[in-house]
Amino acid sequence: MDGMAPFERWFDICELSDIPVRGSRRLEKDGMKIAIFRTSDDRVFAVENRCAHKGGPLSEGIVHDCAVTCPLHNWVYDLSTGKAQGGDEGQIRTFPAEVRDGGRVHLRLATAS
Amino acid sequence: MTKKLVVVGNGMAPGRVLETLFESSPDQFDVTIFNAEPRVNYNRIMLSPVLSGESTYEDIIIHDEAWYEANNVTLHAGEKVVSIDRENKTVRSEGGVIEGYDNLLIATGSTPFIIPVPGHDLHGVLAYRDLDDVNKMLNAAAKGGRAVVIGGGLLGLEAAAGLKLRGMDVTVIHLMPTLMERQLDPAAGYLLEKELSGRGIDIRTGANTKEIYGDGKVEGVRLEDGTEIDASIVVMAVGIRPSAQLAKDAGLDVNRGILVDCQMRTSDPDIYSVGECVEFEGNCYGLVAPLYEQARICARALTNDAEAAFAHAETSTKLKVTGVDLFSAGDFADGEGRDEIVFRDPAQGIYKRLVLQDNRLIGAVLYGETADGAWFFDKIKKGEEIDADERATLIFGQNFAGGSPLDPMAAVAALPDEAEICGCNGISKGQILNAIDKNELTDLQGVRQCTKASSSCGTCTGLVESLLALKLGDAFDASAKKTVCDCTEFGHDEVRRLIIAKELKSIPAVMQELGWKTSCGCAKCRPALNFYLLASWPGEYVDDNQSRFINERVHANIQKDGTYSVVPRAWGGVTTAAELRAVADVVDKYDIPMVKYTGGQRIDMLGVKKEDLPGVWADLNAAGMVSGHAYGKSLRTVKTCVGSEWCRVGTQDSTGLGIKLEKLMWGSWTPHKVKLAVSGCPRNCAEATCKDIGVVCVDSGYQIHIAGAAGMEVRATDHLTTVTTEEEAIEMCAAVLQAYREQGFYLERIYKWAARIGGAEKVHELIVDDEENRKALFERFKYAQQFSQDDPWAERASGKVDAHEFKTLELVE
Repeated sequence: MDGMAPFERWFDICELSDIPVRGSRRLEKDGMKIAIFRTSDDRVFAVENRCAHKGGPLSEGIVHDCAVTCPLHNWVYDLSTGKAQGGDEGQIRTFPAEVRDGGRVHLRLATAS
Repeated sequence: MTKKLVVVGNGMAPGRVLETLFESSPDQFDVTIFNAEPRVNYNRIMLSPVLSGESTYEDIIIHDEAWYEANNVTLHAGEKVVSIDRENKTVRSEGGVIEGYDNLLIATGSTPFIIPVPGHDLHGVLAYRDLDDVNKMLNAAAKGGRAVVIGGGLLGLEAAAGLKLRGMDVTVIHLMPTLMERQLDPAAGYLLEKELSGRGIDIRTGANTKEIYGDGKVEGVRLEDGTEIDASIVVMAVGIRPSAQLAKDAGLDVNRGILVDCQMRTSDPDIYSVGECVEFEGNCYGLVAPLYEQARICARALTNDAEAAFAHAETSTKLKVTGVDLFSAGDFADGEGRDEIVFRDPAQGIYKRLVLQDNRLIGAVLYGETADGAWFFDKIKKGEEIDADERATLIFGQNFAGGSPLDPMAAVAALPDEAEICGCNGISKGQILNAIDKNELTDLQGVRQCTKASSSCGTCTGLVESLLALKLGDAFDASAKKTVCDCTEFGHDEVRRLIIAKELKSIPAVMQELGWKTSCGCAKCRPALNFYLLASWPGEYVDDNQSRFINERVHANIQKDGTYSVVPRAWGGVTTAAELRAVADVVDKYDIPMVKYTGGQRIDMLGVKKEDLPGVWADLNAAGMVSGHAYGKSLRTVKTCVGSEWCRVGTQDSTGLGIKLEKLMWGSWTPHKVKLAVSGCPRNCAEATCKDIGVVCVDSGYQIHIAGAAGMEVRATDHLTTVTTEEEAIEMCAAVLQAYREQGFYLERIYKWAARIGGAEKVHELIVDDEENRKALFERFKYAQQFSQDDPWAERASGKVDAHEFKTLELVE
């Protein structure tokens, strides 16, 4: 046991190269829609794929620095915290994400449905 | 009583005389200007940026037509004065216009010196003096080939750099051993030569032109040593001569130039003279600062201010070639009793040399880093003594001397009030601060209007902005100037200009070279840069999909629930039974919840799931349908009515023309969406007069309309012109579209672009009046289109492009 909560674990998701630089991929887990982002410096972030404003799919937004702009109404989220930026107030769920040796993208998600 | 002032010449110096006059003594003079050039007054020192493409003629106009009107000035443009009758106090023009005067101002400027070598009169030998010369060079540059520039001085090198940026091969022939020997010492001349050679300009110093050869037109240049250099044009930039012939013929005292006293009065007390045609105490002038000073003095003398007196003063020089920082001032020749302080940093290409005499700074040459130029120049002009302590660190400049950190604000704050900020106009720090106070100025534009500082060559813009910030604190918002976004200090126009001038061909290159404040931009600037690069470098720039808004990235319109809508092209709004059947099958197969007709005569399938897009496209492709780009900042629809093929009142084949236009223009990316329509008669059933570009067919041909809108704003189009043939109509529409692609700001519709550049009249001037420009625009449009007419749906339906977009990741438990 490595100290994680018992109902969460790391999942091996994909190759880093499966996600375009400054792009994203989508993933569904037990009805939860997740967007995984890759930034220009090859870090990865995962958030709930649902803008706090009107539910827009953040995976379809433009990625810049460590942020994404929602395609529907231009809300901007910091991908590391899930907090809306600028004048907007909102918070989306984030999931721990890492690139491990060999370039595999891992996410920590709940195990049970 | 109003006196009659006649001005011969319409350059920068007389323009400044009039400005000063109208300000200090409005209504005292009734002014008439004769100008041999058929134009208004423009900023001649900015011709080099026009040549290189970093500015346009419109950018450098000083007085537009409204100015002449507002000040009641009669301008005889294109009328050259050929004689002065001093006895009857009249002047006469070539065209026979005669005007009487109380005071006459001669400002005939200078003529470029053409070396009388054999072949100097061949077609293709140009001078570099006015806009006509620039236009001739641009025409030559459009054809490519090699330009030989004779003369490696300020003008010659600016011409060479400009022609190089315009894509020509360039050779500079210079008689002296180093470039710009009048303004630079050999060491700085060498660095400059190295820099320009590095840009691919072939520089031959110590070279003497023997002849220009060619059969009727220039084919090449032969040097004294026998070397032959092929050339399609030769630009002579070896110097200027005062144009004093008119004054001489009138019996005024003339030496090299027209002789004037310190009040700018010629040997006839009613006749004044300013500018490059003037000789004062043995000096003739070519740089703008002393000419503006002459103008100021002349205006005061004209209003009988006996105190006004012109005095010879040092001038400083800067080279207007982007990326070359070079400054010189004063006297920097070696000599008895003079010593020097030199600083070099070879790795950075920096060279600085100060020349001192009797413990006073008398000259400075700076290359590679010129921020201290104004500070040194100030010391040269003041001639104050420099003690041993100060001398030890003098070369390191102002920041070091003040012991302050390298903060531009602190540097500006430390400048004395009399320090000159704008060299062109002789405006000091104190004058700018006063103007800000007195007129409650809050922005750069205001300072430019009130003081003229930063309005000529513009290199002091940063300093002026710092002064505003200094004076106003937080109240000054440098970003009040509309920047592309918060990532940059630059506006759209500057970014577009610099992408071309600096040959920036990727988003990282733009961000690096223009000093972007973020590492990779934002959702505002990235799509704009992607478009600008695509439009500037067709066939070269590789589109960056990740810099596009989702709709353009996946070639469908995102809806509020995250599904997409799909609109295939219906050329000219025409469809067939087979296409309709295919649409019906697709709707059934993919369970598409809604089908609707759009406002642009097409079919819209709404609610398509993202993962179904490639399948939907493949099926539509199979029936011959392609992407309608209903999602893009690009050509949308060309709406038509049925026209002469069916309609009993149709005058031309509007449907056919609409289809031709759509086939020509589809796939082109534009600053914002573009909608066209073609109506077959003036009843205008296709509603062409509220489109970006509209054609209304009439019996005698085709009316071309532009700049309509029917969105948040509603605006009827302006009638641009009427043409007689379908080919002309197509060329006209494509030229408008290309001009918009080249000049429009990202997310600026055609009507906003047109309004910004001067309305439909301006577009008329650029595209209808200027046939050559229109044809060139059309050619550039067709060239760009070869790279953009691949159906994005077919590419993606094949599964070979962007497959990741349409597949979700699988979670392996």
